[in-house]
Amino acid sequence: MQVNEYKPLIVAFCCNWCSYAGADLAGNNRLAYPAEVKIIRVPCSCRVNPMFILRAFQRGADGVIICGCHPGDCHYTSGNYYTRRRMAALFSMLDYLGIEKERTRVEWVSAAEGAKFAATMNDFVQTVAALGENKRLEDLRCKK
Amino acid sequence: METNKYLQEEIVRISGVNPRKCMRCGKCSATCPAYDEMEYHPHQFVNMVENGDIEPLLNSKSLYKCLSCFACIDRCPRSVQPAKLVEAVRLAVIRQQGANHMTANDVPAMIDEDTPQQLLVSAFRKYTK
Amino acid sequence: MQRIGVFVCWCGSNIAGTVDVKAVAEALKNEPGVVFSTDYQYMCSQAGQDMIKEAVKEHNLTGIVVCSCSPRMHEATFRKTAAAAGLNPYMVEIANIREQCSWVHKDMMTGTEKAVILGKAAVAKVNLNTPLTPGESPVTKRALVIGGGIAGIQTALDIADAGFPVDIVEKKPTIGGKMAQLDKTFPTLDCAACILTPKMVDVAQNENIRIFSYSEVTEVSGFVGNFDVTIKKKARYVKEDVCTGCGACLEKCPMKKVPNEFNLGMDNRSAIYIPFAQAVPKVATIDPNACNMLKNGKCGVCAKVCAAGAIDYTQKDEFIQEKYGAIVVATGFNPISMDKFDEFAYSQSKDVITSLEFERLTNAAGPSAGKLLRPSDGKHPHTIVFVQCVGSRCDACAEKGKEYCSKICCMYTAKHAMLTRDKYPDTEVYVFYIDVRTPGKNFDEFYRRAVEEYGVKYIKGMVGKVTPEGDKLKVQASDLIANKQLHIDADLVVLAAAIEPDQSARPLATMLTASMDTNDFFTEAHPKLRPVESPTAGVFLSGACQGPKDIPETVSQAGAAASKVIGLLAKDKLTGNPCVAGSNELMCNGCSSCANVCPYGAISYEEKEFRMPDRTTKVRRVAVVNPAVCQGCGACTVACPSGAMDLKGFANSQIMAEVDAICK
Repeated sequence: MQVNEYKPLIVAFCCNWCSYAGADLAGNNRLAYPAEVKIIRVPCSCRVNPMFILRAFQRGADGVIICGCHPGDCHYTSGNYYTRRRMAALFSMLDYLGIEKERTRVEWVSAAEGAKFAATMNDFVQTVAALGENKRLEDLRCKK
Repeated sequence: METNKYLQEEIVRISGVNPRKCMRCGKCSATCPAYDEMEYHPHQFVNMVENGDIEPLLNSKSLYKCLSCFACIDRCPRSVQPAKLVEAVRLAVIRQQGANHMTANDVPAMIDEDTPQQLLVSAFRKYTK
Repeated sequence: MQRIGVFVCWCGSNIAGTVDVKAVAEALKNEPGVVFSTDYQYMCSQAGQDMIKEAVKEHNLTGIVVCSCSPRMHEATFRKTAAAAGLNPYMVEIANIREQCSWVHKDMMTGTEKAVILGKAAVAKVNLNTPLTPGESPVTKRALVIGGGIAGIQTALDIADAGFPVDIVEKKPTIGGKMAQLDKTFPTLDCAACILTPKMVDVAQNENIRIFSYSEVTEVSGFVGNFDVTIKKKARYVKEDVCTGCGACLEKCPMKKVPNEFNLGMDNRSAIYIPFAQAVPKVATIDPNACNMLKNGKCGVCAKVCAAGAIDYTQKDEFIQEKYGAIVVATGFNPISMDKFDEFAYSQSKDVITSLEFERLTNAAGPSAGKLLRPSDGKHPHTIVFVQCVGSRCDACAEKGKEYCSKICCMYTAKHAMLTRDKYPDTEVYVFYIDVRTPGKNFDEFYRRAVEEYGVKYIKGMVGKVTPEGDKLKVQASDLIANKQLHIDADLVVLAAAIEPDQSARPLATMLTASMDTNDFFTEAHPKLRPVESPTAGVFLSGACQGPKDIPETVSQAGAAASKVIGLLAKDKLTGNPCVAGSNELMCNGCSSCANVCPYGAISYEEKEFRMPDRTTKVRRVAVVNPAVCQGCGACTVACPSGAMDLKGFANSQIMAEVDAICK
């Protein structure tokens, strides 16, 4: 599909109850998505501190995606609402700093949506690959 | 069914009413004091606008039977505001270019002692292009 | 420094097919902290687990990384293995190289590469893991049920049957709630009192149940298993344990013109009253707003006629402190006020009534002794109009009524219409409906019977206005099927008023830190899977306080809530999830950001003394997390501006280390 394309580095934060299970389901159904996606498990999408995202970009990540339960379905009742608000603010700030809005995304993936997870990741990797390398926030001192 | 998308959107825009909110309870028609005079009743107005079935409304006398008492607006449980739709359809009729709804020859028949002169003049202005 | 063992699982060919497991084990050998690394065909098998246990002993491991299937699959297995080997179970991390690697990638090289990175991230995390022990808290084996309607009664009975003591707090002088006011129940038409009052007697006689009637909960503190509750027992000016409920005082009381709230003001009661004959407890109560003796010290008749000497005009409100392990909210509902629906002339005519008033009118113990008579002139009505959805399903912008469907109105209106036609075949009965919603066992059959057998006239449309004229009510309505406007001269108009949660629910939710929706219904912990639990641990929901419900649904939810309570009270100790938030009090500035976002009310504040560098002490406000209440979502950790709040098991440093490992 993308033989000579740039291979971006994608960090995906997945909430334990919905999206991480959705990613597992994608695996169970053998729905392929690019290996550039690396998943970090968090209890809830609202556990994702903006600090983590900044750190990822600082360390050379090309895109960060946060996946949580659908609004109204949060295991902790209201966690994903916090995520939605916080990330809206953070992403617009990052956009201002030159991290394009396409490099960041919040997506709702339920435990039953393996196909959606794979499709989302395929789409996100393609979008980020088209943008190329992220150089704005990368701290070269972090690259040995 | 024949739909007039352009006019439908125009009427929704002028009125600011969302006919999709209607839950078909019929309280507007139940409350309407001019119901018996009308060919299309308030709930039908809402339904016809929702379905884009505008042409019959444009030519209907019902338009001018609505008293604009706003009882339907006050009592609609879904905030649909049928009277505003009626008013918007009236405006749509008026805005049709070149359509004269009144000629000078019609006036003498309308005059009665109690009609103020001013009303005739303003009606003439409003309904004649 | 940790001593970490890495165990790479083949999962047969599931992993080994796309990931070079030997290469992964080899690559992870050189990661910081790793002292041992190996691979095996099935790590989760007994042999695999034994291998881990041996390695722990042999290499003196302090942490374990298993590269295998999803942690949702076998995290618990490997934690148990670690515990069996003498390690803290929370020193285990899983790198998911099956579901999220070998199964989704086809190329051996990319698969292996990703597996190594996932393994490195897990190693980086384990390096920062700390042993965690779940907190334990004792359980007070006593339950509190707030509300004494059918929901509260059923919950209390079920809990008491399991052998646990239960207290019911009811703000009215008697338990029974709305069901006690009903006449018949749909769809079976058995009489409400006949099925409710035996249950009320059961409650009174059950030695595990205490009833605090005419009482309110005023304060709640504590957490699951350990609630401290203050109950205000309002002064009823009658000694509850002395009064025999003989009713002599009711007869002799000279103040007989007090609107009777039990009959919704359709008749009068005396200033000293027992709400209804089967009240539990059957004890008189003096209404302080009506009693002459209490208002100006002139009367005292009831004290003179009371043979038992139960009257005590000097009684004061009493506050009772009690400890509970679980709290069940069963505060129920009320019909909404008709103030904003003046088109139906409710305030202008006595003959426009709500459905609950209709229940009282047809109830044999009601103001007209069960005869359906017009409240205005006591005449038999010949034409009755029922209006459905009054205040239900309204648009939010309409600023009157409720957005939701009140659920029970279609059925009780069908019941009223049917019973009227059955008892008085000479009456014309019209029902104006928008939709008839009858999902439920034998519900639609019931409604069809009202139409087909009893000849109730169902008209699709709504009533626009009601105008009292002479002794008639002029009803103007639309018939949408016939496309006509109808004008009916009615004798009685019955409004199916929407129902709303009881007024006491909102302040109670604040006390319990239980969440509510915009309509003041309590929200459940999960809309599908945890329907009788509040998100606040130890608080359970029963009946219409959670959403509109009919009696069978309420009773089944009451039983479900009781079983959850029993499950909680049956435990001697509660073991929590150790992955909870914790605040570093040296960094905390007491700003309340964390408490504001906590969905569970797990965070409180303490004034604490701190030694300052200059050897003085300073008192500061700091956040304290209650580990028994915290569920570990981490919302607070992000809200904390000073970084004092952190989540055990998913600490900032740990996730950061994972990010670093992935982005290397």
